[in-house]
Amino acid sequence: MRRAWRDERLWAVLLLALAALVPVVAPMLGSPATVGLATRIVIYGLAASSLHLILGGAGLVSFGHAAFFGLGGYAVGILYAHHVSGEPFLGFIPGSNDLLVTMPAAILAGGIGAAIIGALSLRTAGVQFIMITLAFAQMLYFLFVSLKAYGGDDGLAIRRVVPVLGMNLRDPATLYWICLGLLALWLFLMDRIRRSRFGRILAGVRQGERRMAAIGVRTYPYKLAAFTIAGMGAAMAGALMVNYLRFVSPDMMHWTKSGELMVMVILGGLGTLLGPVVGAAALVSLEYTLSGLTEHWQFVLGPILLLVVLFARGGILGGLRRLAGRPAEHEAQPLPPGELPSGGTAPERAAHG
Amino acid sequence: MAEPVLSVQHLVKRFGGLTATDDLSIEVLPGELHALIGPNGAGKTTAIGQIMGEIAPDSGRILFMGAEITRLSTPARVRRGLSRTFQITQLLEDDTAEDNVALAVQAHAGHSFRFWRDAFRDARLRGPARAALERVGLPEARWGLAVADLSHGERKQLELAVALAGEPRMLLLDEPMAGLGASESLRMTEVLRGLKGRIPILLVEHDMDAVFSLADRISVLVYGHCIASGTPETIRHDPTVRAAYLSEEEAV
Repeated sequence: MRRAWRDERLWAVLLLALAALVPVVAPMLGSPATVGLATRIVIYGLAASSLHLILGGAGLVSFGHAAFFGLGGYAVGILYAHHVSGEPFLGFIPGSNDLLVTMPAAILAGGIGAAIIGALSLRTAGVQFIMITLAFAQMLYFLFVSLKAYGGDDGLAIRRVVPVLGMNLRDPATLYWICLGLLALWLFLMDRIRRSRFGRILAGVRQGERRMAAIGVRTYPYKLAAFTIAGMGAAMAGALMVNYLRFVSPDMMHWTKSGELMVMVILGGLGTLLGPVVGAAALVSLEYTLSGLTEHWQFVLGPILLLVVLFARGGILGGLRRLAGRPAEHEAQPLPPGELPSGGTAPERAAHG
Repeated sequence: MAEPVLSVQHLVKRFGGLTATDDLSIEVLPGELHALIGPNGAGKTTAIGQIMGEIAPDSGRILFMGAEITRLSTPARVRRGLSRTFQITQLLEDDTAEDNVALAVQAHAGHSFRFWRDAFRDARLRGPARAALERVGLPEARWGLAVADLSHGERKQLELAVALAGEPRMLLLDEPMAGLGASESLRMTEVLRGLKGRIPILLVEHDMDAVFSLADRISVLVYGHCIASGTPETIRHDPTVRAAYLSEEEAV
């Protein structure tokens, strides 16, 4: 198990290094538009990875994660609007169009939003939790739809993105590298958390709340902390998305966006570091390719997702692992011959155990 | 007489029309191994659930180390030193045996808002975890296996190791021998004999050989009510117990 993890970290470094070459290679291949696609993948990968902290880490099925994605986006959009109008936000917060200001503001907004929504939702569990997170996210969605001061349904446009530390954010390659750097930083953080005492508690929550109570752990504060960190990650991704699109609208927090993030996490493979990013890459490129081929691309996308979920246990990464002859993480233990009753393949045993 | 470690006083729990716990009073003394026996459905597991705070009693009091704990949450009781095992094992299936015990050590070591250091390589967690695994006799070759790959008997041993990892002041064992083979049962009996005297134990068990060879005192539960309490010798010859329960079991 330990070795599989180390391998995955190696893969993460390799993939990120390769990804960094995209803006160099894309123009050579005559498709500079690829950089934009790659930027979207990286940003959604970051958002999906943040959802994975609670969904894959603690087994909390939050169906409202796009709320924090949108909060981060609106933090950037609203601060920009006040920067243009010159009027301070809420009468005392000056507007800004500097990413060094708006990004921390977005992360803070996402964190506060997640702390409040989490504090209330985490008092429930199971299906109730799914529904209450969905309800909170939709409430925020309708709030922003009705906020005419900030564009309502139409959203807000950001006309000019100012340089950050001498880096020109209007250059697609530069913006891409900044997104990729933040994703790398986030994944490093996720890897540390997963192996930390905090991460161990989350893994315990996922596998058995009753057991956690029996060893004396009150799980609520840990779940709330994880929910808040996840909200901050999603808000960071949202802020990047608004800088990339130069536009923010309530669609960023619509429930279908939460659903997409969930699909990315499950598609890539639960319980892995890279899974959410791989899932984001798969979904974004599938959408891109299929929508270029046919108007009815969703009609094709649906069955493909269904097939992956049905046949690649553990998502894309789980499928790749099996193809490479390496069993998925919790099946990786070598068994002394004759120690277990015969019959049943490794995955079956895991399912019955 | 020494002050009891655990004192259950007039506990009552009703589920609809069924009285699962009926004016139950038991005491466990320091260093004592107190067995709780009774036919299926006598309310033994329900009693443990109430002592641990997983089920709220309708009336009655529970005192632990002289302090009332009737209204405390399960984690709060565990932090005071109560620890239980489950009849149907409650373990973290994807994690290894050692990880399961290490998590219990971690829970006992204080808060877990530590985000940076690698808990898998923390000797302060791994050391005590291995000691607990050794104490229950799980072979070292099995420590690194995922719980899903352990046999039923090994899971039972692991349950006990997890319960011991938090250095409890008292153990509540819910049928630690259930489903074990004859040799596994004997091994578990020996492990419990090793713990006896060092830590007070409330043992719920159906294996009468084990109960009568281990227990200092036995309480007999029938329909949620304690009908007799005493040394194994008195219980063996108690006519009400024989009538209500032991007569069914020819072995005793």
